[in-house]
Amino acid sequence: MEKEKGRNILKVEDLVVAFSMYQRGFKKGDLEVIHSLSLDVNAGEIVAVVGSSGSGKSVLAHAVLNLLPGNARTAGKITYKGEVLDAKKCREHLGKEISFIPQSVDYLDPLMKVGKQVIGVRGTKERQEEIFQRYQLAPETAEKYPFQLSGGMARRVLISAAVMGNPDLIIADEPTPGLNVEMAMETLQHFRQLADDGAAVLMITHDIDLAFHVADRIAVFYAGTVVEVAPTEDFIKGKEALRHPYSRAFIDALPQNEFKPLPGTQPYAGNLPKGCLFADRCPHRDGACASDIEMREVRGGKVRCVHAE
Amino acid sequence: MEKKNIKLKEVINRRTLVTIFVALALVYLVGIFLWGIFMDPSAYAVHYENKFISPCAEHPFGTDFMGRDMFARSIKGLSNSLIVGVLAAVVSSIVALILGIASAVFGGWVDRFVNWCVDLCMGLPHIVLLILISFMVGKGTKGVTIAVALTHWPALTRIVRAEVMQVRSSQYVQAAYKMGRSRLQVAVTHIIPHVLPAYLIGLILLFPHAIMHEASITFLGFGLPAEMPAIGVILSEAMKHITTGKWWLAVYPGLMLLVAVILFDVIGENLKKLWNPDSGNE
Amino acid sequence: MQLTVENVSFRYTEKSPWILKDVSLEIKEGERVGIVGPSGYGKSTLARIIAGYEKPSSGRVLLDGESLPEKGFCPVQMVYQHPEMAVNPRWKMEKTLNECWHPDEALLTRMGIEKSWLTRWPSELSGGELQRFCIARVLSPETKLLVCDEITTMLDVITQAQIWQLLLEVSRKNNLGMLVITHNMTLAGQICTRVIELPEINRL
Repeated sequence: MEKEKGRNILKVEDLVVAFSMYQRGFKKGDLEVIHSLSLDVNAGEIVAVVGSSGSGKSVLAHAVLNLLPGNARTAGKITYKGEVLDAKKCREHLGKEISFIPQSVDYLDPLMKVGKQVIGVRGTKERQEEIFQRYQLAPETAEKYPFQLSGGMARRVLISAAVMGNPDLIIADEPTPGLNVEMAMETLQHFRQLADDGAAVLMITHDIDLAFHVADRIAVFYAGTVVEVAPTEDFIKGKEALRHPYSRAFIDALPQNEFKPLPGTQPYAGNLPKGCLFADRCPHRDGACASDIEMREVRGGKVRCVHAE
Repeated sequence: MEKKNIKLKEVINRRTLVTIFVALALVYLVGIFLWGIFMDPSAYAVHYENKFISPCAEHPFGTDFMGRDMFARSIKGLSNSLIVGVLAAVVSSIVALILGIASAVFGGWVDRFVNWCVDLCMGLPHIVLLILISFMVGKGTKGVTIAVALTHWPALTRIVRAEVMQVRSSQYVQAAYKMGRSRLQVAVTHIIPHVLPAYLIGLILLFPHAIMHEASITFLGFGLPAEMPAIGVILSEAMKHITTGKWWLAVYPGLMLLVAVILFDVIGENLKKLWNPDSGNE
Repeated sequence: MQLTVENVSFRYTEKSPWILKDVSLEIKEGERVGIVGPSGYGKSTLARIIAGYEKPSSGRVLLDGESLPEKGFCPVQMVYQHPEMAVNPRWKMEKTLNECWHPDEALLTRMGIEKSWLTRWPSELSGGELQRFCIARVLSPETKLLVCDEITTMLDVITQAQIWQLLLEVSRKNNLGMLVITHNMTLAGQICTRVIELPEINRL
């Protein structure tokens, strides 16, 4: 199957996700964790989603894959190749056109040989052998159990399982923590290769400096929404090329740069300020920040800030 | 940020629903229990002139071959069954609590011994073990209670053991020891609050098992004595008359037992969902 | 204060392979020593042995010439990689914070812990916020050495920088020794006064 690069694969428009939670006694309230979030991923590119914990990165992945728990409510639209991705469509595509690379090896069945797991219900032995070869896994690996694998091998097995069906969309949730730099880079190179072969990759990570090496675009999450989407080269060029003060703060905080943290913390979803969510930590805050801030185009990227130019 | 309105379909959430339900179920169970205890024995006395009356306004559940009112007998019978069941379940769960905690805390040969007992007890057919124990200690009310109490702890022991092991190896408990907390302080502040919900749910889910098993061995003639009104006795007597079309003798008491058992089960399952942090908010 | 690790070796059972063999190192008062090395080389095991969570198969860990106390407050305290696993999910943050000592207002302010967080459940805080609690609760005056096992690996770089700047300040002010386990060389270079490559001192 030829894959057409640049074609839109995944489109998230105005996504809102709220969890209904018990407050005290019998009262239930809604906790809105994602607010009017829009993001798209095209064939042949890697979009990295970065942000701090609690910013809603994983919730986005779970919303796309219809894995949210029963108390979650959503609004907005998620489309895959132009068609609305509902629970039924998602079940149809998952494991074939759409695949998910989970965070940890715990997702493998400990009692089943990995070769069999990679083949799953839809794959073939031939394809498994071909994929193992591509990821430098010895043919004997197929006969091993998950506990016999090293961390790096297990990670490659997870990727093998994900590419079994030759997917068009790959969603990876925190693929690198726990790996040393060489192994993390190697994992990311595999993603790069998949994207170069025409797949669309949505990579969720908190490791912004690793995202620099492979992603085409980086989306910065803050308190449940996207504050900036920019080409990776802007992040590499440095602070001046970026649009949002939070993205710039990332650059300053890197240990290889100034290692200087931005003070303050992300607001809690149950207690969000009005207007710009970042205002209380922002050096450029003024009256204009108190109203609702829309995403807008600035210098080839998108930003949610009235002061960006 | 503009808040998008997300429509909430539910009017009553699970917490409210479960509370209402648990309250209703408790009223039913406690009601039958008390009613049975304080019932005047004349309500289910023998009246040969009224034998085999099918259900009517005066005898809603009909009467049996000795003319006893089946409604009063069923209530009294279920009440007796509940007493035996609850008593046995409580004893069983205490055994489980002690063995489970000992197994997890002491480890080593204690753990192996407890696990061996659990496997042994679970490996034998339940009903055979029940009959055996009941027969050995002399049948009757004492026999049934001891038999049921001695056979229902294994599953709960495993749960308690697993919960204690899990919380003991958790980082926050290990950190608490290093921060100078004593074993007793850790047990009271961390371990017991963690194990308690699982234990209580296990206890509630034990009730229906205990009641059912009490009724079964009584039905088979190894349990409560024939002169005592008990669901098992009633059902086994009803079997003799079922071929002659006296359907009410088995159907109504059977239904009452079923309802009681299902109620306990539903209470347990719902509490399990509510107390589990993963599904508690659904 | 001086921590001495003397010829520590470790393996889980008699038959399993050695994870650590004859590891020796010293940490002097106020020193921040980084331990780096690839994953699976026993960095975390060494951290657990130094903090007294695990007994070495041979060798010993001494603090000022004495072995660590088995009971009571341990002067070597550890902070973990996953803060959400290191706090009791059934406790509000205030209880967790005060479990071993009562940090004063000044420390809370310095750690960036907001008053409103104290009444929340752990699930209502982010990883970075929880990690501040995990650090604050062990910064009692009795703590002589803080073992940090990949404490910011799961956090974003801004929170990472915040937490380390706080810890650096505390370490300098109280002359608190630190053992920093990380896989990030650049990070180790920023924080530590000395960096040790574990494979070089581990005589496997």
